[in-house]
Amino acid sequence: MFVTVTLTLLRGFAITCQLFLITLVLSLPLGLVIAFGSMSRFRPLRWLMRTFVWIIRGTPLMLQLVVIFYGPGLLWQSSPPRMTAAVIAFVINYAAYFSEIYRGGIEAIPRGQYEAGQVLGMTNGQIFSKIILMQVVKRIVPPMSNEIITLVKDTSLAGIIALREIIMEAQSYIKTVGLLWPLFYTGVFYLLFNGVLTLLFGWLEKKLDYFSV
Amino acid sequence: MAILDVNQIKKNFGPTEVLKGISFSMEQGEAVAIIGSSGSGKTTLLRCLNFLEKPDGGQILVGGKLLFDAADPATQRESEIRRKRLHFGLVFQSFNLFPQYTALRNVMLASELLAREQPDYRGNAQGIHKTIENTARELLAQMGLSEKMDLHPHQLSGGQQQRVAIARALALHPDILCFDEPTSALDPELTGEVLKVIRGLAEKKTTMVIVTHEMAFARDVADRVIFMDGGVIVEQGPARSVINHPQEERTRQFLSRYAQA
Repeated sequence: MFVTVTLTLLRGFAITCQLFLITLVLSLPLGLVIAFGSMSRFRPLRWLMRTFVWIIRGTPLMLQLVVIFYGPGLLWQSSPPRMTAAVIAFVINYAAYFSEIYRGGIEAIPRGQYEAGQVLGMTNGQIFSKIILMQVVKRIVPPMSNEIITLVKDTSLAGIIALREIIMEAQSYIKTVGLLWPLFYTGVFYLLFNGVLTLLFGWLEKKLDYFSV
Repeated sequence: MAILDVNQIKKNFGPTEVLKGISFSMEQGEAVAIIGSSGSGKTTLLRCLNFLEKPDGGQILVGGKLLFDAADPATQRESEIRRKRLHFGLVFQSFNLFPQYTALRNVMLASELLAREQPDYRGNAQGIHKTIENTARELLAQMGLSEKMDLHPHQLSGGQQQRVAIARALALHPDILCFDEPTSALDPELTGEVLKVIRGLAEKKTTMVIVTHEMAFARDVADRVIFMDGGVIVEQGPARSVINHPQEERTRQFLSRYAQA
């Protein structure tokens, strides 16, 4: 029994990991685009991006999942595949959160750093890539670690649109054979995965310890 | 011929006139100290010279060549401003070293980036790199930092950081080196080492504009002193005579506050 449950949960966990990885890979760069948009000197763009972030951060991710999965059905009588809907909702949601972390990191860099680059004859591109970027990276690693670990656990919300991630798989044991322990058992999978991530982020922070901002 | 001519520079921030028409000129090898109370426009003037602020009026000429004319947009193109900045160096009050690089890399970075723009760079990248590194090492040694080259800014004292910043500015061989209150952010016991370095530069006839609150230093090191108040130059002349025998009432009042302190 234990082996069967483990294998089933692993299948669910593969879906969890898939959702996690695709979301991460897509939302990290999208967040940067949104961050630049929300700092733009062009007012309408800045206003649009900040409104977008407000809406996404101001509503539950669970609701966003439902809207993206069932919304199209209201209009065209068809729903997107569950995984696609989940990826879209998660990428939009996490890009909004990441963009705020990026923006905070970029805005925290003192103006003197830009000016020092300017008086040394650097172009704006050089100032960003050679001076600002690493300082931003150093500043955002701790909040990003936090957010990424939250993402691992948030993937369980995709159960609301019946994506068969690990919690969903465990719950079906309750409904079909009345077994509760597989649900508790899922915690081990999350713990192990987040343990690895914690080590990874710890290593990264140590790597960046050679300077202070 | 004057190395620097500043002609009727004006700068407003909103309704506030910060610079109301500043004119002065400097000869090659001259050290000019600018003194005056906070808010007199000294720092804004330096920032205008380095194109960190765009003056609303006036001209800036270096070596007789017109660099900036507020009335002529052709002299204000963003692409050329970057090159024009290189006539000036600027040492900031708060050092502004790049924290992720060692002292040596701080001094080398800008030279390396500029070298890449040279047409002959590709053929001789290694040789150019070596020259830049040697220059940087020499400059840091000159600043008394031979032992500190491989340390990062957070491992250095304020005085050491400021000396790295001076080496970084010198590495690009500016025509005129500007200092914006270089010791104001330092503990009193650390100002001496920075002032000593600047004194050494003056002895080597480095052309410098120094905004400072150190009156004794201005008197002893500068060739000429400019006293600014309320956005205008109130008095200027040989350093000793302005500080020891000011002619204007406002200069006297300003200096007497230092005498009491």
